[in-house]
Amino acid sequence: MDKKNLLNICSFIFLFSAISLFAVTSNDAPKSSTYEDECINCHIENDIMPEHFSKSDIHWQNGLSCAGCHGGNPNETDEEKAMSISNGYVGVPDKKEIPQFCGKCHSDLEEMQLFQPRIPTDQVSQYYVSTHGKQLKLGNMDVATCTDCHTTHDILPASDTRSTTYAINIPNTCDNCHGNSELMSKYNLESIQVAEYSKSVHGIALLEKLDVGAPACNDCHGNHGASPPGVISISHVCGSCHVNNMNYFNNSTKAVEFSDMDIKGCEQCHGKHLIHKTNDEMISVGEASTCTECHSEGDDGYIAAELIYGKLKKLSSLYDSTKVVSEKVNIMGMNNIEIEYSLKNIRQNLIQSRTLIHTFDTSQVFEKTNEGILASYGALKLADNEIAEYFNRRLGYGVAIFILILLAATLYWKIRSL
Amino acid sequence: MGTNRRKFLNSLLGIGSLGALSAIVYPIISFLIPPKIAEVKINSLKVGPVADFKNNSSKIVKFGRTPVILVRTKNGDFNALEATCTHLDCIVQFKKDTQQILCACHNGIYDIHGRNVSGPPPKPLKQFVVNIIDDEIRITSQDV
Amino acid sequence: MKNKKIEKVENWLDERYDLSPIRNLIQHKKVPVHGHSIWYYMGGISLFLFMIQVFTGLLLLMYYIPGEDSAYESVQFIITKVDFGWLIRNLHSWSANLMVFFIFIHMFSVFFTNSFRKPRELTWVTGFFLLLLAMGFGFSGYLLPWNELAFFATKVGTDIVAVVPFIGDSLKVILRGGEDVTGATLSRFFGLHVAFLPAIFTTLLVIHLFFVQRQGMSEPEEFEKLTEDQKKYIPFFPNFVLQDALLWIIVLIVLLSLTLFFPWELGLKADALASAPIGIKPEWYFMFMFETLKLLPANIWFIEGEAVGIFAFTIAGLIWMLIPFINFSKKKDLNNKIVRWIGIFSLLYMIAFTIKGYL
Repeated sequence: MDKKNLLNICSFIFLFSAISLFAVTSNDAPKSSTYEDECINCHIENDIMPEHFSKSDIHWQNGLSCAGCHGGNPNETDEEKAMSISNGYVGVPDKKEIPQFCGKCHSDLEEMQLFQPRIPTDQVSQYYVSTHGKQLKLGNMDVATCTDCHTTHDILPASDTRSTTYAINIPNTCDNCHGNSELMSKYNLESIQVAEYSKSVHGIALLEKLDVGAPACNDCHGNHGASPPGVISISHVCGSCHVNNMNYFNNSTKAVEFSDMDIKGCEQCHGKHLIHKTNDEMISVGEASTCTECHSEGDDGYIAAELIYGKLKKLSSLYDSTKVVSEKVNIMGMNNIEIEYSLKNIRQNLIQSRTLIHTFDTSQVFEKTNEGILASYGALKLADNEIAEYFNRRLGYGVAIFILILLAATLYWKIRSL
Repeated sequence: MGTNRRKFLNSLLGIGSLGALSAIVYPIISFLIPPKIAEVKINSLKVGPVADFKNNSSKIVKFGRTPVILVRTKNGDFNALEATCTHLDCIVQFKKDTQQILCACHNGIYDIHGRNVSGPPPKPLKQFVVNIIDDEIRITSQDV
Repeated sequence: MKNKKIEKVENWLDERYDLSPIRNLIQHKKVPVHGHSIWYYMGGISLFLFMIQVFTGLLLLMYYIPGEDSAYESVQFIITKVDFGWLIRNLHSWSANLMVFFIFIHMFSVFFTNSFRKPRELTWVTGFFLLLLAMGFGFSGYLLPWNELAFFATKVGTDIVAVVPFIGDSLKVILRGGEDVTGATLSRFFGLHVAFLPAIFTTLLVIHLFFVQRQGMSEPEEFEKLTEDQKKYIPFFPNFVLQDALLWIIVLIVLLSLTLFFPWELGLKADALASAPIGIKPEWYFMFMFETLKLLPANIWFIEGEAVGIFAFTIAGLIWMLIPFINFSKKKDLNNKIVRWIGIFSLLYMIAFTIKGYL
C-alpha cells in the first residue's frame, strides 16, 4: 500500500511539474491555463493536487475554480481561513452526497444555460430513478455515482473521444464495475455482459468497426436512469431502432402469447447482450433454429418455420446467383445495367421479407419473397439474353469471316487465272 | 483454261460477293432500326406532362441505373430524390400523411428534401433537379 | 442480252458526257511490276479505311447526340441498346487508327521510293495535308464520347496550343470555345469532326486521286533504267483492282477481328471536377510529339521549352512538306543521300519516341 502511494506521489510530482512548466511557458494555451488562485498555488506547492487531475477537464477549461465546487475562499493565503466552514468550505463530499454535490450546478437550468442553451438538467433526478440511485439512497456504497462514470477531475464531454462517456468507451466504463465478478456476485448479478456484448453484432459494430451509431450500454439501459428493461419495455427498447420489427411483432399474435407466458419478446430469439447477426437458419427447423425451442415437429409453427425458411433460402440463393451472373455479364463486356437495377429490388425484397418474419404471418412474408423471386427470374433471363448475345456475336463473326475468307480465296484464284 | 472452270469461278465469286454484301448490309439495316427503348438520356429524363401527377402523389422513375422518386407535395411542388435508401439500399416511398419519405425496410425517414430525419439512414438522399419545360417534367442530375 | 443492255446505257451516257477518259483509264492504265510493287497498295488501303470511316460515321450520326449531358449517354446507348451498335462504334474507332497507320506507311513508302519527286510534288503536298487532317479527325473524334480519358487528353492537347507566342492563348480559347474544356468544346469538336474536316478532306482526297490518275503510277529509278522488254506491267483493270479488292477483304477480316476481340472501352463519364486519372495518353500517333514535349526543359535559353518544341515540330513539318522543292546540294547524288537520311532519321525518331511513350 505504501509503495503504491509512493509511486502515485512520484508520478504526481512529475505530472505537476510538467503542468506548471506548461502553465508558465505557454502563452497561447486556453484561457484557463493562466487561471491561478491560492488553492492551486498551495496545492501544487505541497504536491497535494487531487488524483487524476487533468488540465483538459471541462470545468478547468471553463474557468471553474476549485472553490466553485469545494467552497472556501480562493483568494485567502491563510490555509486555515481559506478552507474554513465560515468561508463556505465543503471539502470532499461523501459518496452519498456526490449527486447533490454535482447537482448544485447541473440541476440548475439558469446556471447551466450560460454554457449551452439546450443543456439537460435532469441528470440527478434521473439518477435517483436508476437502480444505482435507489441503492445509493439506501446507503449502498458499491453503486456508481456521477464520479464513477465521469471521473472526478478529468471530466470530459461525451463528444470528446478521450472521455469515459464517449460512445466507444462506454462499455469499458460500465465494465469497470459490472465486469468485476466479486462485486457482482454480492448482488447475484452476472459479470459477463460487456464480454458478451463485445462479441455481439452491436459490440462488433461499435468497438471494432468504430460505428458510433451502434448502441452502447446506455442506448438500451439509459444512462443516468440506468436500469434493466422489463418484459413489456423490451420490445420498445429494441424498437427504438428496429421500428418495423417492433411494429410487426407487437401487431402479431405472438406479442400477446409471449407476454402471457412471461417470455421477453425480442430477447427470446435474439438474446440480450450477445445478440448475433441474424441469419436465415434462425427461422429454420434445423439446429440453429429458434422456433424449435417451443415448436415441435408437426405443429403449425414448425410447418410455418419450414416454409418460411425454404422461401427465404430460395430468394437469397437466387439473389446470390443473379449477382454472380451480373458480374459475369459485366466481365464479358456486355450490358448489365438493367440487371443491376433489378438486383437492387431483389435485395430490398430480401431485406423486407426478413423483417416481415416478425409478423409470424406466412402470407405476408411470401408476398414479398415471391416478388423478389419473380424479379430474380426476370433478371436471370436478361442475363441469359446478354450471354446469348455474346455468343451470337462470335457466331456472326465466324460466319462473316468464313464468307470473307471464301471470297478472298476465290478472288486469289481468279487473279492467278488471269 | 476451260470455260466451265471459268464459269464456276465467276459464279463462286458472285456468290461470295453476295454473301459478303449481305454480311455488311444486315448489320447496317439492324443498326438503323431503332431499338424499342427509343432513347436513353441519362442526365436528364423526361417524366411526362405535369397533368399526370396529382398533388400529394409520387412515382418511381428509372434514371439510368438509379431509381429516382418524384414527389408532388400537397402544395403542388415537385421534388426528385434518389430513391435508394442510404442505409441498406432499399427503395424509399412517399408518405402522404406526413409528407415525408419513408424507407420501409428499417423505418428510415427523410424529409421532403431528402434530409435524413430519423431511423438508421446515415446520409441524406441525393437530390435531383426538377424542371418544367413546356408543361413537361424533366429531371436532371446535379452532378454535371 | 445482258451485255447489250449495258452497252445501251453506256452509249446513252457517252453521247452526253463523253466517257472516253474513263474508257482510256480502264483500257490503258497499267501498273509496273517490280520488287517494291507492294507499296502501291498502301494508298488504296488507306482509301478503303477512309470509306469505312465515312460509312460507320454516318451510321453513328443517326444516334449520337452531342452535348455534355447526352454525348456519353448516347454512345453508351449505341453500344448497349442499338443492334450492332457495338460493332459500328468499334469499327469506327479501330479503322480510324488503322487509317492513320496506313497513311503513315503510305507516306514513308512514297518517300523512300523517291516517288514524291518531280513531277509528283503536289501529290506529295496534298498527301501531307491529308495526313494532318486525318490526325485532326483523330483528335476531334477522340473527345466525342465525352469520357474521362478523352476529356483530360483533350485538356492536355489543347493546352499545348497555348505556348505559341503572342496568339497562343487566343488560339486555345478559340479551339476550346472558352477558357476550359466544356460542352462548348464538345460542340466545336463535333462540328469539326463531322462537317468541316470531312469537307476539306474529301476535296483534297479528290485532288490527290486526280493527280495520281493523271500521272499514272510512279516508277522507281531501277525500273526506269530497264529496257522496254524487261519492264513488266499488269493492267490496272481488272488485275490491279482485283488485287486491291483482295487486300481490302483481308484488311476487313483483320478489322472485324480487332473489333470483336479488342473492343474500345467507353470508360467513365467525363467529370470536370474529378481529379485527372492516371495514364492520360494521347492517341498513339501524337505520342512522339507528346513525349518530346515532356522531355524538354521548362526553359530553353529564355524561351519556354514547349514553345521551342512546337516551333521545331512546325519547322520540321514544313521541311517535310516542302521536301520535293528543296535542294540541299547541287550534286544530285549528295542531295538524294541527305534526303534519305532525313527520312531515316524522322522514321526512327518517331518510332523510338512512340515506343518510349508506352514503356
